[in-house]
Amino acid sequence: MAKRRLVLTFPPKLVEEPITYRLIKDYDLVVNILRAKISPEEEGRLMIELSGEKSALKRGMDYLNRLKVNIQPLARDIRWLEEKCTHCTVCVSLCPTEAIVVDRNSMKISFNKDKCIACGACIPACPYKAIEILF
Amino acid sequence: MAKTIAEINEKIKKGKVAVVTAEEIIDLVEKKGVERAARQIDIVTSATFGPMCSSGAYFNTGHSKPRIKLGGGRTYLNEVPVYTGLAAVDFFLGAAALPDNDPRNRVHPGEFRYGGGHVIEDLVAGKDVKLVASAYGTDCYPRKNLETWINIEDFNEAVLFNPRNAYQNYNVAVNLSNKVIYTYMGILQPRLGNANYCSAGQLSPLFNDPYYKTIGIGTRIFLGGGIGYIAWQGTQHNPNVPRTKKGVPRSGAGTIAVIGDLKKMSPEWLRGTTLRGYGVNLTVGIGLPIPILNEEIVQWTAVRDEEIYAQIIDYSDAYPKGKSDSLAEVNYAQLKSGKVTIQGKGVPTASLSSYAKARKIAGILKNWIKKGEFFLTEPVELLPSVDSGITFKPLRERKIR
Ligand code: SF4
Ligand code: SF4
Repeated sequence: MAKRRLVLTFPPKLVEEPITYRLIKDYDLVVNILRAKISPEEEGRLMIELSGEKSALKRGMDYLNRLKVNIQPLARDIRWLEEKCTHCTVCVSLCPTEAIVVDRNSMKISFNKDKCIACGACIPACPYKAIEILF
Repeated sequence: MAKTIAEINEKIKKGKVAVVTAEEIIDLVEKKGVERAARQIDIVTSATFGPMCSSGAYFNTGHSKPRIKLGGGRTYLNEVPVYTGLAAVDFFLGAAALPDNDPRNRVHPGEFRYGGGHVIEDLVAGKDVKLVASAYGTDCYPRKNLETWINIEDFNEAVLFNPRNAYQNYNVAVNLSNKVIYTYMGILQPRLGNANYCSAGQLSPLFNDPYYKTIGIGTRIFLGGGIGYIAWQGTQHNPNVPRTKKGVPRSGAGTIAVIGDLKKMSPEWLRGTTLRGYGVNLTVGIGLPIPILNEEIVQWTAVRDEEIYAQIIDYSDAYPKGKSDSLAEVNYAQLKSGKVTIQGKGVPTASLSSYAKARKIAGILKNWIKKGEFFLTEPVELLPSVDSGITFKPLRERKIR
Protein backbone atom coordinates (compact mmCIF):
# COMPACT_ATOMS: atom_id res chain seq x y z
CA MET A 1 0.00 0.00 0.00
CA ALA A 2 1.23 3.46 -0.87
CA LYS A 3 -0.19 6.78 0.18
CA ARG A 4 0.11 10.27 -1.23
CA ARG A 5 -1.39 13.58 -0.18
CA LEU A 6 -1.85 15.90 -3.11
CA VAL A 7 -3.16 19.29 -4.05
CA LEU A 8 -4.81 19.16 -7.47
CA THR A 9 -5.47 22.35 -9.36
CA PHE A 10 -7.47 22.16 -12.55
CA PRO A 11 -9.04 24.52 -15.07
CA PRO A 12 -12.85 25.14 -15.17
CA LYS A 13 -13.38 22.78 -18.11
CA LEU A 14 -12.32 19.85 -15.97
CA VAL A 15 -14.79 20.66 -13.22
CA GLU A 16 -17.31 18.43 -15.00
CA GLU A 17 -14.88 15.51 -15.16
CA PRO A 18 -15.69 12.95 -12.41
CA ILE A 19 -12.06 12.72 -11.34
CA THR A 20 -12.51 11.13 -7.96
CA TYR A 21 -14.99 8.62 -9.32
CA ARG A 22 -12.51 7.50 -11.99
CA LEU A 23 -9.64 7.29 -9.53
CA ILE A 24 -11.74 4.96 -7.42
CA LYS A 25 -13.43 2.96 -10.14
CA ASP A 26 -10.81 2.76 -12.88
CA TYR A 27 -7.63 2.93 -10.83
CA ASP A 28 -8.70 1.11 -7.71
CA LEU A 29 -7.56 3.84 -5.33
CA VAL A 30 -8.92 4.89 -1.97
CA VAL A 31 -9.69 8.60 -2.25
CA ASN A 32 -10.03 10.75 0.82
CA ILE A 33 -11.04 14.33 0.05
CA LEU A 34 -9.47 16.68 2.55
CA ARG A 35 -10.72 19.87 1.05
CA ALA A 36 -12.36 20.94 -2.18
CA LYS A 37 -12.96 24.34 -3.65
CA ILE A 38 -14.53 24.54 -7.06
CA SER A 39 -16.18 27.65 -8.36
CA PRO A 40 -17.48 28.18 -11.91
CA GLU A 41 -15.10 30.97 -12.96
CA GLU A 42 -12.09 30.05 -10.92
CA GLU A 43 -9.82 27.09 -11.03
CA GLY A 44 -10.82 24.05 -9.07
CA ARG A 45 -8.71 22.98 -6.15
CA LEU A 46 -8.85 19.59 -4.58
CA MET A 47 -6.84 18.31 -1.70
CA ILE A 48 -6.87 14.56 -1.60
CA GLU A 49 -5.20 11.62 -0.06
CA LEU A 50 -4.77 8.70 -2.44
CA SER A 51 -3.90 5.24 -1.27
CA GLY A 52 -3.60 1.98 -3.07
CA GLU A 53 -1.10 -0.35 -4.75
CA LYS A 54 2.04 1.39 -5.90
CA SER A 55 1.36 0.59 -9.54
CA ALA A 56 -2.26 1.71 -9.26
CA LEU A 57 -1.12 4.96 -7.71
CA LYS A 58 1.28 5.51 -10.58
CA ARG A 59 -1.43 4.89 -13.18
CA GLY A 60 -3.79 7.19 -11.32
CA MET A 61 -1.17 9.92 -11.37
CA ASP A 62 -0.61 9.35 -15.10
CA TYR A 63 -4.33 9.78 -15.64
CA LEU A 64 -4.28 13.11 -13.77
CA ASN A 65 -1.24 14.24 -15.76
CA ARG A 66 -3.00 13.36 -19.02
CA LEU A 67 -5.90 15.58 -17.97
CA LYS A 68 -3.38 18.39 -17.41
CA VAL A 69 -4.27 18.60 -13.77
CA ASN A 70 -1.61 20.44 -11.84
CA ILE A 71 -0.35 18.18 -9.04
CA GLN A 72 1.48 19.35 -5.98
CA PRO A 73 2.47 17.35 -2.93
CA LEU A 74 0.82 18.42 0.29
CA ALA A 75 1.69 19.52 3.83
CA ARG A 76 5.40 18.96 4.15
CA ASP A 77 5.94 21.83 1.76
CA ILE A 78 4.58 24.60 3.96
CA ARG A 79 7.28 26.13 6.08
CA TRP A 80 6.84 28.60 8.91
CA LEU A 81 9.97 30.71 9.29
CA GLU A 82 9.82 31.45 12.97
CA GLU A 83 12.69 33.92 12.92
CA LYS A 84 10.83 36.08 10.40
CA CYS A 85 7.49 35.86 12.21
CA THR A 86 6.46 38.86 14.32
CA HIS A 87 3.51 37.00 15.88
CA CYS A 88 1.16 39.64 14.58
CA THR A 89 -1.50 36.90 14.21
CA VAL A 90 -2.95 38.27 10.97
CA CYS A 91 -2.67 34.88 9.24
CA VAL A 92 -4.54 33.01 11.94
CA SER A 93 -8.12 33.75 11.00
CA LEU A 94 -7.46 32.70 7.40
CA CYS A 95 -6.34 29.19 8.29
CA PRO A 96 -9.23 26.77 7.73
CA THR A 97 -7.81 23.93 9.83
CA GLU A 98 -6.39 25.64 12.91
CA ALA A 99 -2.90 24.63 11.85
CA ILE A 100 -1.91 28.11 13.00
CA VAL A 101 -3.13 28.99 16.47
CA VAL A 102 -2.52 31.78 18.96
CA ASP A 103 -1.68 31.18 22.58
CA ARG A 104 -3.87 33.85 24.15
CA ASN A 105 -1.49 34.36 27.07
CA SER A 106 1.75 34.85 25.20
CA MET A 107 -0.10 36.20 22.14
CA LYS A 108 2.33 34.14 20.05
CA ILE A 109 1.41 31.82 17.26
CA SER A 110 2.44 28.24 16.67
CA PHE A 111 2.27 26.15 13.53
CA ASN A 112 1.15 22.55 13.59
CA LYS A 113 2.31 20.89 10.40
CA ASP A 114 0.09 17.84 10.85
CA LYS A 115 -3.03 19.94 10.65
CA CYS A 116 -1.86 21.93 7.65
CA ILE A 117 -3.55 21.05 4.38
CA ALA A 118 -1.27 23.35 2.37
CA CYS A 119 -4.17 25.41 1.09
CA GLY A 120 -1.87 28.42 0.94
CA ALA A 121 -4.41 30.86 2.39
CA CYS A 122 -1.98 32.14 5.00
CA ILE A 123 0.87 32.87 2.61
CA PRO A 124 -0.30 36.06 0.90
CA ALA A 125 -1.60 37.32 4.25
CA CYS A 126 1.79 37.35 5.95
CA PRO A 127 3.30 40.84 5.76
CA TYR A 128 6.81 39.51 6.48
CA LYS A 129 6.99 36.50 4.15
CA ALA A 130 7.31 34.26 7.17
CA ILE A 131 5.36 31.39 5.60
CA GLU A 132 6.62 29.65 2.50
CA ILE A 133 5.44 26.99 0.15
CA LEU A 134 8.28 24.88 -1.16
CA PHE A 135 7.92 22.71 -4.20
CA MET B 1 2.47 63.53 46.18
CA ALA B 2 3.48 64.88 42.80
CA LYS B 3 6.87 64.06 41.27
CA THR B 4 8.87 65.84 38.61
CA ILE B 5 10.76 64.41 35.67
CA ALA B 6 13.99 65.77 37.16
CA GLU B 7 13.34 63.81 40.36
CA ILE B 8 12.65 60.65 38.40
CA ASN B 9 15.89 61.10 36.45
CA GLU B 10 17.75 61.49 39.72
CA LYS B 11 16.34 58.11 40.78
CA ILE B 12 17.44 56.57 37.48
CA LYS B 13 20.94 57.85 38.08
CA LYS B 14 21.00 56.36 41.58
CA GLY B 15 19.59 53.06 40.34
CA LYS B 16 16.53 53.50 42.53
CA VAL B 17 13.86 54.03 39.91
CA ALA B 18 10.69 51.92 39.97
CA VAL B 19 9.62 50.98 36.45
CA VAL B 20 6.84 48.66 35.32
CA THR B 21 5.25 48.03 31.94
CA ALA B 22 1.81 49.24 30.95
CA GLU B 23 0.59 45.66 31.50
CA GLU B 24 2.15 45.25 34.92
CA ILE B 25 0.73 48.54 36.18
CA ILE B 26 -2.82 47.25 35.73
CA ASP B 27 -2.61 44.65 38.49
CA LEU B 28 -0.46 46.89 40.61
CA VAL B 29 -3.04 49.66 40.69
CA GLU B 30 -5.77 47.13 41.32
CA LYS B 31 -3.91 45.63 44.30
CA LYS B 32 -2.35 48.71 45.85
CA GLY B 33 -4.74 51.41 44.81
CA VAL B 34 -4.09 54.56 42.86
CA GLU B 35 -2.52 56.53 45.64
CA ARG B 36 0.12 53.98 46.62
CA ALA B 37 0.86 53.03 43.04
CA ALA B 38 1.47 56.69 42.17
CA ARG B 39 3.87 56.99 45.05
CA GLN B 40 5.76 53.76 44.42
CA ILE B 41 6.02 53.73 40.65
CA ASP B 42 8.04 56.29 38.75
CA ILE B 43 7.71 55.19 35.15
CA VAL B 44 5.35 53.03 33.09
CA THR B 45 6.67 51.77 29.76
CA SER B 46 4.24 51.47 26.85
CA ALA B 47 4.96 50.08 23.40
CA THR B 48 3.68 49.11 19.99
CA PHE B 49 4.95 47.17 16.96
CA GLY B 50 2.76 47.56 13.91
CA PRO B 51 2.86 48.62 10.25
CA MET B 52 3.12 52.39 10.03
CA CYS B 53 2.80 53.63 6.45
CA SER B 54 3.82 57.19 7.11
CA SER B 55 7.43 56.33 7.79
CA GLY B 56 10.67 57.01 6.00
CA ALA B 57 14.25 58.13 6.33
CA TYR B 58 16.46 60.87 5.00
CA PHE B 59 20.08 60.52 4.01
CA ASN B 60 23.15 62.47 3.04
CA THR B 61 25.47 60.51 0.77
CA GLY B 62 28.51 62.74 0.84
CA HIS B 63 29.90 64.24 -2.37
CA SER B 64 31.34 62.18 -5.18
CA LYS B 65 34.33 63.27 -7.26
CA PRO B 66 33.48 64.93 -9.57
CA ARG B 67 30.36 66.19 -7.88
CA ILE B 68 26.81 65.24 -8.80
CA LYS B 69 23.60 67.06 -7.90
CA LEU B 70 21.06 64.38 -7.08
CA GLY B 71 18.56 67.11 -6.23
CA GLY B 72 16.06 67.48 -9.07
CA GLY B 73 17.25 64.30 -10.77
CA ARG B 74 16.37 60.68 -10.23
CA THR B 75 17.90 58.49 -7.55
CA TYR B 76 17.18 54.89 -6.62
CA LEU B 77 18.15 52.62 -3.74
CA ASN B 78 17.79 48.99 -4.82
CA GLU B 79 15.58 50.28 -7.63
CA VAL B 80 13.22 52.02 -5.21
CA PRO B 81 12.95 55.73 -6.09
CA VAL B 82 13.77 58.28 -3.40
CA TYR B 83 12.63 61.88 -3.20
CA THR B 84 15.37 64.19 -4.45
CA GLY B 85 13.71 67.58 -4.19
CA LEU B 86 16.30 68.64 -1.63
CA ALA B 87 19.94 69.72 -1.69
CA ALA B 88 22.62 68.12 -3.88
CA VAL B 89 23.18 64.92 -1.92
CA ASP B 90 20.22 64.80 0.48
CA PHE B 91 17.21 62.63 -0.22
CA PHE B 92 14.20 61.11 1.50
CA LEU B 93 13.16 57.49 1.18
CA GLY B 94 9.50 56.78 1.89
CA ALA B 95 8.46 53.42 3.33
CA ALA B 96 5.64 53.03 0.78
CA ALA B 97 7.82 53.73 -2.30
CA LEU B 98 7.88 51.05 -5.01
CA PRO B 99 10.31 50.32 -7.84
CA ASP B 100 9.19 51.98 -11.08
CA ASN B 101 8.83 48.59 -12.73
CA ASP B 102 6.85 46.94 -9.94
CA PRO B 103 3.66 45.61 -11.53
CA ARG B 104 1.65 47.06 -8.62
CA ASN B 105 -1.99 46.01 -8.93
CA ARG B 106 -1.91 45.37 -12.69
CA VAL B 107 -2.59 41.79 -11.82
CA HIS B 108 -4.76 42.13 -8.77
CA PRO B 109 -3.95 41.50 -5.95
CA GLY B 110 -0.39 42.75 -6.46
CA GLU B 111 2.41 41.02 -4.58
CA PHE B 112 4.42 44.11 -3.59
CA ARG B 113 7.47 42.09 -2.68
CA TYR B 114 9.94 44.92 -2.16
CA GLY B 115 9.79 48.64 -1.50
CA GLY B 116 10.96 51.52 0.65
CA GLY B 117 10.31 49.77 3.95
CA HIS B 118 12.41 46.82 2.82
CA VAL B 119 15.28 49.10 1.79
CA ILE B 120 15.23 50.59 5.29
CA GLU B 121 15.30 47.11 6.84
CA ASP B 122 18.17 46.05 4.56
CA LEU B 123 20.18 49.17 5.37
CA VAL B 124 19.68 48.75 9.10
CA ALA B 125 20.71 45.09 8.75
CA GLY B 126 24.03 46.36 7.40
CA LYS B 127 23.45 45.15 3.84
CA ASP B 128 24.94 47.00 0.90
CA VAL B 129 22.30 48.58 -1.31
CA LYS B 130 22.64 49.73 -4.90
CA LEU B 131 22.51 53.49 -5.41
CA VAL B 132 21.79 54.52 -8.99
CA ALA B 133 21.32 58.18 -9.91
CA SER B 134 20.96 60.34 -12.94
CA ALA B 135 21.23 64.11 -12.86
CA TYR B 136 21.05 66.99 -15.31
CA GLY B 137 24.51 68.42 -14.62
CA THR B 138 25.46 71.98 -13.74
CA ASP B 139 28.67 73.99 -13.85
CA CYS B 140 29.33 73.24 -10.20
CA TYR B 141 27.91 69.69 -10.25
CA PRO B 142 28.94 68.40 -13.70
CA ARG B 143 28.39 64.68 -13.23
CA LYS B 144 25.27 63.12 -14.76
CA ASN B 145 25.37 59.51 -13.63
CA LEU B 146 26.30 57.61 -10.53
CA GLU B 147 26.18 53.91 -9.73
CA THR B 148 27.61 52.54 -6.53
CA TRP B 149 27.09 50.14 -3.66
CA ILE B 150 26.38 51.97 -0.45
CA ASN B 151 26.18 50.89 3.15
CA ILE B 152 24.44 52.61 6.06
CA GLU B 153 27.86 53.47 7.50
CA ASP B 154 28.82 55.23 4.25
CA PHE B 155 26.12 57.88 4.68
CA ASN B 156 26.97 61.00 6.63
CA GLU B 157 23.50 61.01 8.09
CA ALA B 158 20.84 58.32 7.99
CA VAL B 159 17.85 59.51 9.98
CA LEU B 160 14.53 57.77 10.46
CA PHE B 161 11.78 60.36 10.29
CA ASN B 162 8.20 59.21 10.45
CA PRO B 163 5.48 61.84 10.00
CA ARG B 164 2.82 59.61 11.59
CA ASN B 165 3.27 56.69 13.95
CA ALA B 166 1.68 55.09 17.00
CA TYR B 167 -1.97 55.83 16.24
CA GLN B 168 -4.04 56.16 19.37
CA ASN B 169 -6.65 53.56 18.48
CA TYR B 170 -7.67 52.33 15.05
CA ASN B 171 -10.56 50.84 13.09
CA VAL B 172 -11.41 47.18 13.09
CA ALA B 173 -11.74 46.23 9.43
CA VAL B 174 -14.37 43.85 8.03
CA ASN B 175 -15.79 43.07 4.61
CA LEU B 176 -19.56 42.98 4.04
CA SER B 177 -19.32 42.32 0.30
CA ASN B 178 -19.40 38.99 -1.47
CA LYS B 179 -15.81 38.96 -2.63
CA VAL B 180 -12.38 38.89 -0.96
CA ILE B 181 -10.83 42.34 -0.61
CA TYR B 182 -7.17 43.26 -0.17
CA THR B 183 -6.64 46.26 2.07
CA TYR B 184 -4.04 47.95 4.23
CA MET B 185 -5.82 46.14 7.06
CA GLY B 186 -4.99 42.80 5.46
CA ILE B 187 -6.97 40.29 3.46
CA LEU B 188 -10.64 40.50 4.36
CA GLN B 189 -12.88 37.56 3.64
CA PRO B 190 -16.39 38.15 2.26
CA ARG B 191 -19.55 38.35 4.35
CA LEU B 192 -17.84 39.14 7.65
CA GLY B 193 -15.38 36.28 7.23
CA ASN B 194 -12.80 37.90 9.51
CA ALA B 195 -12.10 41.11 11.42
CA ASN B 196 -8.62 42.66 11.52
CA TYR B 197 -7.47 45.19 14.09
CA CYS B 198 -4.19 47.03 14.56
CA SER B 199 -3.31 48.23 18.03
CA ALA B 200 -1.54 46.92 21.09
CA GLY B 201 -4.52 48.13 23.16
CA GLN B 202 -3.60 48.50 26.82
CA LEU B 203 0.14 48.49 25.99
CA SER B 204 -0.12 51.06 23.21
CA PRO B 205 1.62 54.38 23.99
CA LEU B 206 -1.07 56.99 23.57
CA PHE B 207 -3.76 54.92 25.34
CA ASN B 208 -1.66 55.25 28.47
CA ASP B 209 -1.66 59.03 28.46
CA PRO B 210 -4.90 59.73 26.60
CA TYR B 211 -4.79 63.53 26.92
CA TYR B 212 -1.02 63.79 26.26
CA LYS B 213 -0.25 65.32 29.64
CA THR B 214 3.32 63.98 29.65
CA ILE B 215 4.02 63.50 25.94
CA GLY B 216 5.27 66.16 23.57
CA ILE B 217 8.02 67.54 21.40
CA GLY B 218 11.36 66.24 22.61
CA THR B 219 10.04 63.19 24.49
CA ARG B 220 12.76 60.56 24.30
CA ILE B 221 11.53 57.14 23.15
CA PHE B 222 12.59 53.66 22.06
CA LEU B 223 12.53 53.87 18.28
CA GLY B 224 13.36 50.95 16.02
CA GLY B 225 15.65 49.41 18.60
CA GLY B 226 17.55 52.67 19.14
CA ILE B 227 16.81 56.04 20.65
CA GLY B 228 14.39 58.47 19.09
CA TYR B 229 12.42 61.57 19.92
CA ILE B 230 8.96 62.85 19.33
CA ALA B 231 9.42 65.64 16.79
CA TRP B 232 5.86 66.92 16.51
CA GLN B 233 2.31 65.70 16.65
CA GLY B 234 1.84 63.16 13.87
CA THR B 235 -0.16 63.91 10.75
CA GLN B 236 -3.90 63.37 11.17
CA HIS B 237 -3.49 64.01 14.92
CA ASN B 238 -7.09 64.29 16.01
CA PRO B 239 -7.63 64.67 19.73
CA ASN B 240 -11.27 65.68 19.36
CA VAL B 241 -12.94 62.33 18.78
CA PRO B 242 -15.61 60.81 21.04
CA ARG B 243 -14.04 59.42 24.20
CA THR B 244 -15.17 57.14 27.02
CA LYS B 245 -15.82 58.54 30.49
CA LYS B 246 -12.21 57.71 31.36
CA GLY B 247 -10.95 59.70 28.40
CA VAL B 248 -10.08 56.82 26.07
CA PRO B 249 -10.73 57.69 22.41
CA ARG B 250 -13.27 55.41 20.77
CA SER B 251 -11.63 55.69 17.35
CA GLY B 252 -8.36 56.82 15.73
CA ALA B 253 -7.20 59.95 17.59
CA GLY B 254 -3.72 61.15 18.54
CA THR B 255 -0.54 60.38 16.57
CA ILE B 256 3.15 61.24 16.89
CA ALA B 257 5.88 62.18 14.43
CA VAL B 258 9.17 60.59 15.45
CA ILE B 259 12.82 60.98 14.56
CA GLY B 260 16.01 59.11 15.41
CA ASP B 261 19.43 57.95 14.24
CA LEU B 262 18.84 55.08 11.82
CA LYS B 263 22.45 53.93 12.20
CA LYS B 264 21.75 52.91 15.79
CA MET B 265 18.56 51.00 15.03
CA SER B 266 18.03 47.30 14.42
CA PRO B 267 16.31 45.22 11.74
CA GLU B 268 14.43 43.40 14.49
CA TRP B 269 12.43 46.56 15.15
CA LEU B 270 12.18 48.02 11.65
CA ARG B 271 10.61 45.50 9.31
CA GLY B 272 9.84 45.91 5.64
CA THR B 273 6.18 45.03 5.30
CA THR B 274 4.05 43.77 2.44
CA LEU B 275 0.30 44.05 2.29
CA ARG B 276 -1.02 41.98 -0.58
CA GLY B 277 -2.99 44.05 -3.08
CA TYR B 278 -2.20 47.24 -1.17
CA GLY B 279 1.52 47.98 -1.10
CA VAL B 280 4.56 48.12 1.12
CA ASN B 281 5.42 49.94 4.29
CA LEU B 282 7.46 49.69 7.45
CA THR B 283 6.64 48.03 10.75
CA VAL B 284 8.12 50.18 13.48
CA GLY B 285 8.88 49.35 17.08
CA ILE B 286 8.12 52.21 19.44
CA GLY B 287 8.41 52.31 23.21
CA LEU B 288 7.30 55.32 25.17
CA PRO B 289 8.04 55.94 28.84
CA ILE B 290 5.32 57.64 30.85
CA PRO B 291 6.50 59.47 33.95
CA ILE B 292 4.12 58.91 36.86
CA LEU B 293 3.96 62.51 37.97
CA ASN B 294 0.70 62.16 39.89
CA GLU B 295 -2.29 59.95 40.65
CA GLU B 296 -4.24 61.02 37.59
CA ILE B 297 -1.47 59.72 35.31
CA VAL B 298 -1.07 56.38 37.06
CA GLN B 299 -4.79 55.86 36.73
CA TRP B 300 -4.57 56.41 33.00
CA THR B 301 -1.69 53.98 32.59
CA ALA B 302 -3.79 51.34 34.34
CA VAL B 303 -6.23 51.33 31.43
CA ARG B 304 -7.11 47.79 30.37
CA ASP B 305 -8.22 46.20 27.13
CA GLU B 306 -11.81 45.89 28.39
CA GLU B 307 -12.03 49.68 28.63
CA ILE B 308 -10.69 50.45 25.18
CA TYR B 309 -13.23 50.43 22.36
CA ALA B 310 -12.74 50.44 18.61
CA GLN B 311 -15.19 50.88 15.74
CA ILE B 312 -15.91 48.14 13.23
CA ILE B 313 -15.80 49.55 9.73
CA ASP B 314 -16.78 47.92 6.45
CA TYR B 315 -13.80 48.19 4.10
CA SER B 316 -15.72 47.00 1.05
CA ASP B 317 -17.96 50.05 0.93
CA ALA B 318 -18.07 52.52 3.83
CA TYR B 319 -14.32 53.06 4.13
CA PRO B 320 -13.48 53.46 0.41
CA LYS B 321 -16.36 55.90 0.04
CA GLY B 322 -15.05 57.95 2.93
CA LYS B 323 -18.00 57.24 5.16
CA SER B 324 -17.20 56.47 8.75
CA ASP B 325 -20.34 54.51 9.59
CA SER B 326 -19.50 52.10 12.36
CA LEU B 327 -21.17 48.70 12.34
CA ALA B 328 -20.54 48.15 16.02
CA GLU B 329 -18.15 48.87 18.82
CA VAL B 330 -15.96 46.19 20.41
CA ASN B 331 -13.25 46.32 23.03
CA TYR B 332 -9.68 45.02 22.79
CA ALA B 333 -10.28 42.21 25.27
CA GLN B 334 -12.92 40.87 22.90
CA LEU B 335 -10.65 41.42 19.90
CA LYS B 336 -7.75 39.61 21.56
CA SER B 337 -9.94 36.66 22.51
CA GLY B 338 -9.96 35.66 18.84
CA LYS B 339 -13.67 36.13 18.18
CA VAL B 340 -16.19 38.97 18.21
CA THR B 341 -19.86 39.07 17.40
CA ILE B 342 -20.92 41.41 14.59
CA GLN B 343 -24.51 41.59 13.40
CA GLY B 344 -25.20 38.39 15.29
CA LYS B 345 -22.39 36.50 13.60
CA GLY B 346 -19.29 35.12 15.30
CA VAL B 347 -16.32 36.57 13.43
CA PRO B 348 -12.69 35.46 13.94
CA THR B 349 -10.28 38.31 14.72
CA ALA B 350 -6.62 38.83 13.96
CA SER B 351 -4.16 41.63 14.49
CA LEU B 352 -1.65 43.37 12.23
CA SER B 353 0.13 44.85 15.20
CA SER B 354 2.12 42.34 17.26
CA TYR B 355 1.18 42.32 20.91
CA ALA B 356 3.97 39.85 21.70
CA LYS B 357 6.57 42.21 20.25
CA ALA B 358 5.03 45.27 21.94
CA ARG B 359 5.37 43.42 25.23
CA LYS B 360 9.01 42.73 24.46
CA ILE B 361 9.71 46.41 23.66
CA ALA B 362 8.04 47.57 26.88
CA GLY B 363 10.33 45.13 28.72
CA ILE B 364 13.47 46.30 26.91
CA LEU B 365 12.72 49.96 27.64
CA LYS B 366 12.07 49.08 31.27
CA ASN B 367 15.49 47.43 31.46
CA TRP B 368 17.27 50.34 29.80
CA ILE B 369 15.79 52.67 32.39
CA LYS B 370 16.59 50.35 35.30
CA LYS B 371 20.19 50.01 34.14
CA GLY B 372 20.51 53.79 33.95
CA GLU B 373 20.96 53.79 30.17
CA PHE B 374 17.84 55.76 29.34
CA PHE B 375 16.75 59.03 30.93
CA LEU B 376 13.48 60.85 30.55
CA THR B 377 13.22 64.22 28.86
CA GLU B 378 10.98 67.13 29.70
CA PRO B 379 8.86 67.84 26.61
CA VAL B 380 9.47 71.27 25.15
CA GLU B 381 5.79 71.51 24.27
CA LEU B 382 3.02 68.98 24.96
CA LEU B 383 1.09 67.44 22.08
CA PRO B 384 -2.05 69.42 21.26
CA SER B 385 -4.93 68.00 23.28
CA VAL B 386 -8.71 68.35 23.16
CA ASP B 387 -8.56 72.06 23.97
CA SER B 388 -6.45 72.76 20.86
CA GLY B 389 -9.47 72.66 18.58
CA ILE B 390 -7.49 70.53 16.10
CA THR B 391 -9.64 68.25 13.97
CA PHE B 392 -8.96 65.94 11.07
CA LYS B 393 -10.63 67.41 7.99
CA PRO B 394 -11.56 65.58 4.82
CA LEU B 395 -10.36 67.08 1.53
CA ARG B 396 -12.74 69.57 0.05
CA GLU B 397 -12.31 69.39 -3.71
CA ARG B 398 -12.60 72.55 -5.77
CA LYS B 399 -12.98 72.52 -9.51
CA ILE B 400 -10.01 73.63 -11.61
CA ARG B 401 -11.18 75.49 -14.71
S1 SF4 C 1 -1.41 26.49 4.23
FE1 SF4 C 1 -1.61 27.98 5.89
S2 SF4 C 1 -3.79 28.46 5.94
FE2 SF4 C 1 -3.61 26.57 4.76
S3 SF4 C 1 -3.85 24.93 6.28
FE3 SF4 C 1 -1.65 25.31 6.13
S4 SF4 C 1 -1.24 26.79 7.75
FE4 SF4 C 1 -3.47 26.80 7.44
S1 SF4 D 1 1.15 36.66 9.43
FE1 SF4 D 1 3.31 36.10 9.30
S2 SF4 D 1 4.29 37.33 10.89
FE2 SF4 D 1 2.10 37.38 11.33
S3 SF4 D 1 1.79 35.68 12.78
FE3 SF4 D 1 1.42 34.86 10.72
S4 SF4 D 1 3.41 34.00 10.11
FE4 SF4 D 1 3.80 35.36 11.82
